[in-house]
Amino acid sequence: MWRIIHQLGSPPWVYRFCDRVIPWLLPLTAVALIVGSAWGLLFAPTDYKQGDSYRIIYIHVPAAVVSLAGYYIMAFAGLVSLVWRIKLADLAMRAAAPIGAAFTAVALITGAIWGKPTWGAWWVWDARVTSMLILFFLYVGVIALFQAYDNKTIAARACAILSLVGTVNIPIIYKSVDWWYSLHQPASIKFTGSSAIDASMLYPLLGMIVAFYALFALLLMLNLKQSLTSEYSQSNWLIKRITT
Amino acid sequence: MADQSGIDILQYLRGQTARHVRLQFASPSEIVNPLLFFLLVVILFPLGLGPDPERLALLAPGILWVVALLANLMICMRLFVDDFEDGSLEQLAMASTPLALSVIPQLLAAWMTGGLVLSLAAPLFGMMLGLPVSAAPVLVASLLMGTAIMLLLGAVGAALTVGVRRGGILLALLILPLYIPVLIAGTRALDEALHSGDPAVALAFLGAGVTGGLLLAPLAIAAGLRVSLEL
Repeated sequence: MWRIIHQLGSPPWVYRFCDRVIPWLLPLTAVALIVGSAWGLLFAPTDYKQGDSYRIIYIHVPAAVVSLAGYYIMAFAGLVSLVWRIKLADLAMRAAAPIGAAFTAVALITGAIWGKPTWGAWWVWDARVTSMLILFFLYVGVIALFQAYDNKTIAARACAILSLVGTVNIPIIYKSVDWWYSLHQPASIKFTGSSAIDASMLYPLLGMIVAFYALFALLLMLNLKQSLTSEYSQSNWLIKRITT
Repeated sequence: MADQSGIDILQYLRGQTARHVRLQFASPSEIVNPLLFFLLVVILFPLGLGPDPERLALLAPGILWVVALLANLMICMRLFVDDFEDGSLEQLAMASTPLALSVIPQLLAAWMTGGLVLSLAAPLFGMMLGLPVSAAPVLVASLLMGTAIMLLLGAVGAALTVGVRRGGILLALLILPLYIPVLIAGTRALDEALHSGDPAVALAFLGAGVTGGLLLAPLAIAAGLRVSLEL
């Protein structure tokens, strides 16, 4: 157990680990994404109310789920870097932020595309839509703060503090947005609750969520490898690894 | 209550708060400018929306709260800048008193010359927008607590960006998402008061925010300042 934790703090070990896992993870993710989308887009039954437009759920929901989890992953890496000053946690946090922001953007854009036929508008001030938009800005804030500092070690510590403050605030923000929504709009738009979804629609959705998590992990590793390469470009272990 | 150096903590806090308040009064424009900003932006709304009193009264809670939020952002932008530039922040960080404790007097002083003044002046601006006088107590109470929370959250952002060139816009990007719950609770309290509901729940939410913020924010502020000072 302790050995794994020690190894996770060692750049050469992590670099080798990424190198070893990526060739497996890449095809697995691709297969999961293709199977999941084909199942969801072609074989899952048509919704009796929304017709085929509901099928965007197979992109929209996984992106939303992973984008929220991504923030916690980033904040956890920030906590590790702040407490134990492990450089790799800095790099992991830096690698996670743009991916999370991209997933949030995907969730927002697919939400807008879905909203047009179902709600009749590209943008609705629904509680969940608003929460996602706020999450997007929390990600953008971390990225912008990182860009603002010249010294990247300092930048990582600043981002770690910010993402931890964000973590404390996310549940409060979500609750308050729900509260705000209940005041301004009586439930005119009814979401199909996730528990009310039929198994024939649910399984491809779960498959896509798993596929999106795999995609997140894959992108995180690729990003991490790239940061390791630029960070340790002068180190012997990296030069040896690349040249042999 | 004495810490290791034998200083009475309460006396220390009182002395430091008085010092910061005196510093604020030494440059009165820093107190007056947010108020003028508040007034000017409030004037912009009737000009942009039309002078219809009924519509203005309907929008007044939102307008007042959003403008107070922006004025508070202005206050936060100036928060640590002077102390950072003249080096006193570094001295404070290296003193034996924990930094999380020694930032409190500065926050208290900033709130007394900023948020407190804004909250007390707000009913006047509310009247200009046609807000009923009966809603004034709730407006003042919600702003008193709301400005305190926003100052505490803003101070975290200010601590993280004080060393950054042109940190102002960055500060806005970092902390405006965090202000959303305060805005929602504040406008909700006012809406309840206007429509003869019970504003107590929203006010209690704000009170909880102040307590929680006072407990946690100084730690984050101190950590942020140490990052900015590269200590």
